[in-house]
Amino acid sequence: MELSRDEEEALAGRHGEAMASAYRILVAIGEATGAKKLIPIKWAHVSGVNYNTIGDAGVQFLDKFSSTAKVSVRTTINPMGYDKSRPGNIIEHFQKKQASIVRSYERIGVTPSFTCTPYEVFDDIPQKGTAVSFAESNAAVFSNSVLGLMTNKESALSALASSVTGKATLSDLRLEEARDPKVAIEADFKFGSELDYGLMGYFAGRVVKNRSCVALDGIEKPSTMQAKALSAAIGTSGSCGMFTLGGRAKKKISFGKKEAQVVIDELGTAEHGDMITLGSPQLGMNELELLAKMTEGKKFTKRCMIFCSRAIHNQATKIGLAGKIERSGAEFMCDSCMCLTPYVTRDEYDAVITNSVKGAYYMNNSNKVKVALKDIKTIAKEYTE
Amino acid sequence: MIISNCRKIVGGAGEGKALVTAQPINFLVMVDAKTGRITDPKHELYNRSLKGTVLVFPYATGSSVGAYAFYSLREYGTAPSAVVCLKADISTASGCAIANIPVVDLPKDAQAGAIKQGSFVRVEADAGMVVVKV
Repeated sequence: MELSRDEEEALAGRHGEAMASAYRILVAIGEATGAKKLIPIKWAHVSGVNYNTIGDAGVQFLDKFSSTAKVSVRTTINPMGYDKSRPGNIIEHFQKKQASIVRSYERIGVTPSFTCTPYEVFDDIPQKGTAVSFAESNAAVFSNSVLGLMTNKESALSALASSVTGKATLSDLRLEEARDPKVAIEADFKFGSELDYGLMGYFAGRVVKNRSCVALDGIEKPSTMQAKALSAAIGTSGSCGMFTLGGRAKKKISFGKKEAQVVIDELGTAEHGDMITLGSPQLGMNELELLAKMTEGKKFTKRCMIFCSRAIHNQATKIGLAGKIERSGAEFMCDSCMCLTPYVTRDEYDAVITNSVKGAYYMNNSNKVKVALKDIKTIAKEYTE
Repeated sequence: MIISNCRKIVGGAGEGKALVTAQPINFLVMVDAKTGRITDPKHELYNRSLKGTVLVFPYATGSSVGAYAFYSLREYGTAPSAVVCLKADISTASGCAIANIPVVDLPKDAQAGAIKQGSFVRVEADAGMVVVKV
């Protein structure tokens, strides 16, 4: 990869240690992805905020990095581990470590968005074709596929490097030719819910091996809720970073009930659960409206946690929507998300109920809690009275 | 045996016994940084330690946060000495760049199975070279 003279100097440490580290990261991923050069970006979205994901080494790294690092483009950040206004069962040790991470990011100058759905929280989305650098995988896939932004599925560290340098590699999905799908997945049954989109996404991420784009055939245009489920699931199971609806892909792979069942067998590890967890990705306004409508005048028969961003919760509170949902007994956990959440531990719960394929993956594999996978309408029907 | 024409991803040199797998690794959910061990019973390297090895694997999958795992392994002293990928991914490249772990990609014409489990391997990333001692 060719660097400009300024970039060479920054790599050599002329603009401080953090800047040099950031360029070292960009050079490495430039080599890995075969980039010829770096290009400017308009927006970075950084993951690695939840203490459960980056651990003590991450806490130390960010503490040191933030002493000389400053953002140079708009930078939003992923959810943290818990909602500070609902410390519940979160131990003091976790709270302290989490606070240190948040302090480090604030020192770098990020927008404290604590969201995995930055595309729903901000109104001023850059125009189609704009290069950005998004680490959170559902946000990368959604932004490429639905918003027409151009990003690779960045890592926590490469998006952070983009944030302080304002640059990213010109490679993979930032090149038009890579956004042309080579493989099509064709659904051969009619989808009933967002869960079917999630199952298809998880399957697609598994079978498409490259950091490329997949064409999806035989499905109706997904709603926002369905596109979020699809993006999150694609991002969880592999390295594919974008989908198109239809397309001229040469290779076709069928996605039937049998293929869907394989995913259910892997991730749907329980029939029922002790608690409902909704919000991976975090819920947006239309999902909250749907939930309010389905639970009107009813009460949840199990504990129900709803993960959403503070910004969405504020909007929902203003129009009385949050209150409606809370009357059904559900609890809002703002600034956090169900993936690797410390709210759900095996000591307290055997199994959770969710409509999220991504959430199910992390509950099974990281939280070590079993999962009943059901779509949101079924959950609202079966677990309220 | 010398495998030349490897692609340097992160510079430097390192050596150790080869720990080889054909399965991708999700570093966020499958690796315990404190012990350096693979914790997923479904993975063919289950319970094997990465510490001091030359890890030979296709690429990392899964969460964007996996990049931090390499830094954690380094901090706990359980990191591999070098990494050889079939096709390095963004998490491995960025994580190893920060943890100073040399990384190379194998050339396209390299034979699968060229590096045998447990053989002694030296990675010279800057020279784009992997030396396998039998």
